[in-house]
Amino acid sequence: MLLISCPWCGARDETEFSCGGEAHIARPADPNALSDAEWADYLFMRKNTRGPYLERWVHTAGCRRWFNVARDTVTNEITAVYKMGAKPPRARAKASRRKR
Amino acid sequence: MKGMTRYSIFSLVRNAIGYHEGWPRAWRSPEPRETYDVIVIGGGGHGLATAYYLAKEHGITNVAVLEKSWLGGGNTGRNTTIVRSNYLWDESAALYEKSLQLFEGMTPDINFNIMLSQRGVINLAHNLHDLRELTRRVGAIRLNGIDSEVLNTQQVKAMVPILNCQPDARYPVLGASLQRRAGVARHDAIAWGLARAADARGVDIIQNCEVTGILRDGGRVTGVETTRGTIRAPKVGIVVAGHTSVLAAMAGIRLPIQSHPLQAMVSEPVKPVIDTVVMSGAVHVYVSQSDRGELLLGAGIDGFNSYAPRGSLPVIEQQMAACLELFPIFSRLRVMRTWGGIVDVCPDASPIIGKTPVEGLYINGGWGTGGFKATPGSGWVFAHTMAQDRPHPLNEPFALERFTTGALIDEHGAAAVAH
Ligand SMILES: Cc1cc2nc3c(=O)[nH]c(=O)nc-3n(C[C@H](O)[C@H](O)[C@H](O)COP(=O)(O)OP(=O)(O)OC[C@H]3O[C@@H](n4cnc5c(N)ncnc54)[C@H](O)[C@@H]3O)c2cc1C
Ligand SMILES: [Zn+2]
Repeated sequence: MLLISCPWCGARDETEFSCGGEAHIARPADPNALSDAEWADYLFMRKNTRGPYLERWVHTAGCRRWFNVARDTVTNEITAVYKMGAKPPRARAKASRRKR
Repeated sequence: MKGMTRYSIFSLVRNAIGYHEGWPRAWRSPEPRETYDVIVIGGGGHGLATAYYLAKEHGITNVAVLEKSWLGGGNTGRNTTIVRSNYLWDESAALYEKSLQLFEGMTPDINFNIMLSQRGVINLAHNLHDLRELTRRVGAIRLNGIDSEVLNTQQVKAMVPILNCQPDARYPVLGASLQRRAGVARHDAIAWGLARAADARGVDIIQNCEVTGILRDGGRVTGVETTRGTIRAPKVGIVVAGHTSVLAAMAGIRLPIQSHPLQAMVSEPVKPVIDTVVMSGAVHVYVSQSDRGELLLGAGIDGFNSYAPRGSLPVIEQQMAACLELFPIFSRLRVMRTWGGIVDVCPDASPIIGKTPVEGLYINGGWGTGGFKATPGSGWVFAHTMAQDRPHPLNEPFALERFTTGALIDEHGAAAVAH
């Protein structure tokens, strides 16, 4: 069972949440300009990573807000929770290293 | 079938005299050769069936099945063994019916008792919408020449006396669909029997051999990298169930598949109380009774991607609560074991069987929660696809391209419960 820390409500049982799948898939700026293959890729193709994975969750039975989670799909360990629109943890780590 | 002991009443008697110490092993355990004509990745039921039919139907025997663990230790050995062919759409009906027919002839074909028990599968309707939808489904299925019928409450009660059919039940039973030719089969026997039959025709079955890379030259596959060295072949088939995306990524192919844990459990053994299979899609429960007397109960998938073959407890709690509403008689029984397997789910709940953008590389996956029933049919069409380098008409609609053309085969409803 997962214990997920909602950025707004704190740590709650997995049953309060729904998983929204792979994170950071940008909606195409101009869908009409896409080929069928590009549209299929956006709509259906997923990384389905075995290991560290970035995904979206929503606190369905709580504040009903969306957020991102970094979770290992083999161990189920959650390594980061970050808000929608924020950069994924590794990108942020790189950025802060650069600053230093 | 050189060197293979034929199993029969006579071989049983002969070996009984020797206290059953003289049985030869059922298949060889060869060292991998450097090259093969065909490599099948994955020693589950589908991979073994592919190898068997390559040898039997197409005369291609220079074949290796590479299995990272032990034979049938994946979903083949973890599933709840329901077989049926009552699918809604024509494409699925044809494929699953082919498979059921192969199952019906399999025991003599491979000289191994697969313990096919056509005890019927019942799908319950708990509300008017369920009943209308199920009636429409039965009609569509019959139009495809597949046996299927609608039962009313009294008929269901007569077949399953322990089912709570009271009108004031939490989940009242308004009716059901029934496929009488459906039922269960012995999962291990199918893996072992197919392995033995494929081996007898010359196929090398290599266990403890994990594929770690897919070798390519230009746009062509040339072999695989494994934990037991490089093995070359001009044709490679990926048949790895829950790990389909992982293997496809090794060849740079993106798939529309998501991997989830799917769980099942057994109770302590009891005397026979149910002689058919009962499924309820609406409350996500299905029940059958094994030959040992255990009640075999299935649940749904975890809602998130995972490669941890355990699954979450809330899924089991939810299915158990619903199960006890349907079968109050089970309330004092103890659960003996729960387990999970990783299933590869497609957006339309139908499999992907066919060619890939890499020449000589083929994929057979995305069977999700319901591929056991398809084991022989899947191997049969995939062997054809690999041997001829083009799909059989039965699996043509199941190509990867359907996600680009939009010709999806939406079987979410037909999958009834989890399969
Ligand atoms: C709990 C549960 C209940 C189910 N109930 C039913 C049911 O009642 N009816 C039904 O029809 N279906 C059911 N299914 C689904 C069914 O089990 C699967 O769809 C089917 O078994 C897939 O068959 P397979 O032989 O391809 O998979 P598997 O038996 O999983 O075989 C794939 C093999 O590939 C191997 N592999 C993976 N990666 C590699 C690698 N890199 N190198 C080499 N080998 C590798 C694995 O070790 C595994 O042995 C159920 C599944 C589960 C988990
Ligand atoms: Zn919240």
